Amino acid sequence: MKYETVIGLEVHIELATESKIFCSCSAKFGGEQNDHVCPACAGMPGMLPIVNKRVVDLGMTAGMMLNCHINRTTTFDKKSYYYPDLPNAYQTTQWFAPVAVNGTVEIETSKGKKNVRIKQIHMEEDAGKLVHDDWTNTTLVDFNRTSVPLIEIVSQPDLSSAEEVVAYLERLRSLLRFAKVSDCRMEQGSMRCDVNLSVRPEGSDKLGIRTEMKNMNSISAITRAIEYEVARHIDAIENGTEELVQETRRWDDVKGKSYAMRNKETAGDYRYFPDPNVMPVVIDDEWYDGIKATLPEFPEVKRARYIDQLGLGEYDADQLVESRAFCDCFEEAYAVCGNAKEVANYLISDCMNLLNKKQMTVDMLTLEGKSLGELINLVTEGKVSRPNAKKILAVMFENDINPAEYAEKEGFIVSNDTGKIEKVIAEAIASDPKAVADFKGGKEKALMALFGKCMKELKGNCDPQTLREMLIDAVNKQ
Amino acid sequence: MYITKNGVKTDKAIVLDDMILTKDMPTTAGSRMLEGYNSLFNATVVDKLTDAGYEIAGKANVGEFAIDVMGETSHFGAVKDDEGNLSLGSAEILKKEKVKAAIQLDVNGAPRRASAVSRLVFVKPTYGTVSRYGTVPVACSGETVGVMAKSANDCLEVLEVISGYDAKDGTSLPADMIEEAGEIKRVAVVTAFDGSIDDGVKADIDAFVKTLEAKGVAVEKIDGAGLLASKTAWNILMSAELCNNVSRYDGVKYGYRTSDYTTIDELYTNSRTEAFGDLLKTAILYGSETLSDENYMKVYDKALRVRRVTVDYFDSLFENYDAVLMPATSKKAYGEADVKDMAYEENLYTAPASITGLPAVVAEGVQLVGKVFSEKALLELVKLCKEGE
Repeated sequence: MKYETVIGLEVHIELATESKIFCSCSAKFGGEQNDHVCPACAGMPGMLPIVNKRVVDLGMTAGMMLNCHINRTTTFDKKSYYYPDLPNAYQTTQWFAPVAVNGTVEIETSKGKKNVRIKQIHMEEDAGKLVHDDWTNTTLVDFNRTSVPLIEIVSQPDLSSAEEVVAYLERLRSLLRFAKVSDCRMEQGSMRCDVNLSVRPEGSDKLGIRTEMKNMNSISAITRAIEYEVARHIDAIENGTEELVQETRRWDDVKGKSYAMRNKETAGDYRYFPDPNVMPVVIDDEWYDGIKATLPEFPEVKRARYIDQLGLGEYDADQLVESRAFCDCFEEAYAVCGNAKEVANYLISDCMNLLNKKQMTVDMLTLEGKSLGELINLVTEGKVSRPNAKKILAVMFENDINPAEYAEKEGFIVSNDTGKIEKVIAEAIASDPKAVADFKGGKEKALMALFGKCMKELKGNCDPQTLREMLIDAVNKQ
Repeated sequence: MYITKNGVKTDKAIVLDDMILTKDMPTTAGSRMLEGYNSLFNATVVDKLTDAGYEIAGKANVGEFAIDVMGETSHFGAVKDDEGNLSLGSAEILKKEKVKAAIQLDVNGAPRRASAVSRLVFVKPTYGTVSRYGTVPVACSGETVGVMAKSANDCLEVLEVISGYDAKDGTSLPADMIEEAGEIKRVAVVTAFDGSIDDGVKADIDAFVKTLEAKGVAVEKIDGAGLLASKTAWNILMSAELCNNVSRYDGVKYGYRTSDYTTIDELYTNSRTEAFGDLLKTAILYGSETLSDENYMKVYDKALRVRRVTVDYFDSLFENYDAVLMPATSKKAYGEADVKDMAYEENLYTAPASITGLPAVVAEGVQLVGKVFSEKALLELVKLCKEGE
């Protein structure tokens, strides 16, 4: 018999906010244990939650990027359960009126394009982390991650293979990074995924028994886990190897197997109810339109525009739309210098090299597009040589400098003073009569020694073509 | 003049009930769970008072998490008045010491009942006008910080100090949303409670009606049966919120921790079993049930509807009247034995104002509930009634 797989995903994404969702503690990843903690996120009595407006901004942005309806009145609810990393013994989340509902995400796989429906996106707080110390056989709690804002994106069960799941996750990642909702880094846990999966005979309209795998945090592990689970389900149905039950399972990527979690951890009545301390958030037209106006073009729209209107090659366009930071810088620089190819070259080769050298990701690019455009203008106007432009770029990468002022100050401006160039040439010729003789004797290469000497003396601030011509003139006159 | 522990002579001494968090004094909420607990911060009301030159004289005993009749469930024992009847710590201090006022968290009406039996004045202002930042959370959708004092004047003075918008409380109302209600000229007297109150309370109500009439206030009897559903609805909402709010006391981070555990579940269970009293445990179980998947729509959601209906009912009364007069208690005094199992019954009279967030003033042994932002008008009415006495 042929089977089909039915998969729905719950994707948790940490939002790129400075502070936590209900208090002013830092929401940054890492830090010394329990450094980013205050009485509110440590669950002490008397603190009241104040909604971080930025979280709602990003929740709405995510909703709009995924074509959702935005609930103009959105509310927060409490979800109760006991766990030591949850200091209040409840998580504040959205149950009754999530910020966004009914969206769609288009994915593309080897089988073509497909729409995946989004059930809802809700905002909530993250839990802390437990740290197990085997040496003393104790468990300690780190509350740094407690109340870090998350959105959870719940899809409908529209996915049917690991390939589709991967395409869906990549698409979410691309859209949300583009909209600066999150850096979506699975390895740091800022994007995590619960996979709900069942298997049924092809063509059947009845769903099979569903299992859930929680907190998957790498694309390759998700692929392996789905393939394993599908095989396990089919085996159980065909050969009766085990009885399938609706349960939560843990994926062990090292062993390549999934395990049933203890029943206790899975059974739960979360006793949701509206949080009386958080007033309903009402999104008025001004707020809604303001967020709408900040939405970026979708990556594929940008890509097409870069190719069709700005004349970039496909490779360059693909490289740029990998990252919103690159696109922003590219567009700002292009607005200043009007030379798309040139800007793309600086970003894709020089800036990428600099980022790699500093072990930074593309999203960490802070280069001012305007300055890059100005630098390119200096080059195309012949005021700064290409090698010197690279030196200036390296400085611009770390400091907010005006390239023209900096070039002036550091003596990087190409000299138009022919008197000075002639003087330097005369000195070079005088210091190396052998090279002059060799060149005159037909050794073309001999000129390079003289050329190099002059360029060095001029600190590179000379148009190479001009220098070359003047040098040949001078040597021939000897 | 009151002389504080530090030897400061003051006529602006304030006592705080033990639901109000203070940095330099423990806050126990009357529970073994928080015995010796020191908050890292002061409640907004505490800072407002000290900034205005008031001296905090100390903390007063409350029932465990302030949900009982009148302090009888405190881990540190009940407080009695000179006749041996139940009282609240704040009320006894006000009667015996030269303090100006007591600041209390009105969760389930205990301060109103204590004021009624002790002949003190208590104002529970409109929900959202006084910050709840730094109060031990129990039933956040209805509990309100109020002022108990010997006179309406003192209540007015202190209320003025502690009121006002607080950015640290998401339910705090900005000044531009507050429109003070006008003078109280028409009062409705509710008769629906007559069957459950004793003769002493009845006599207090009759006497207050006479005074009102003598002062030229129009008084009319109404049935007011629409207020009888508040009690059950409030018991549901309060227990549900309490169950959730006290879940944080798990023995892990602070507060009482059992010495008898090997697993995390035993740590939770034994800490809470040993540190919580019977009434609190009952409330937790009740609240947990009402929020369960099975009961949420049948029970909790219905209680939210009753809240809405009660607000509408009050609104309909306020079309014809400026305030509603009703009892605050069923009795003139409570013996300790009387109040057993009464916490979920005796709030029949206090639940209407708790569930709606409307302001209430208790004075002369009776309770007045007014429109939103009428707390000052209610206190002015009490002042008027006392004039020429």
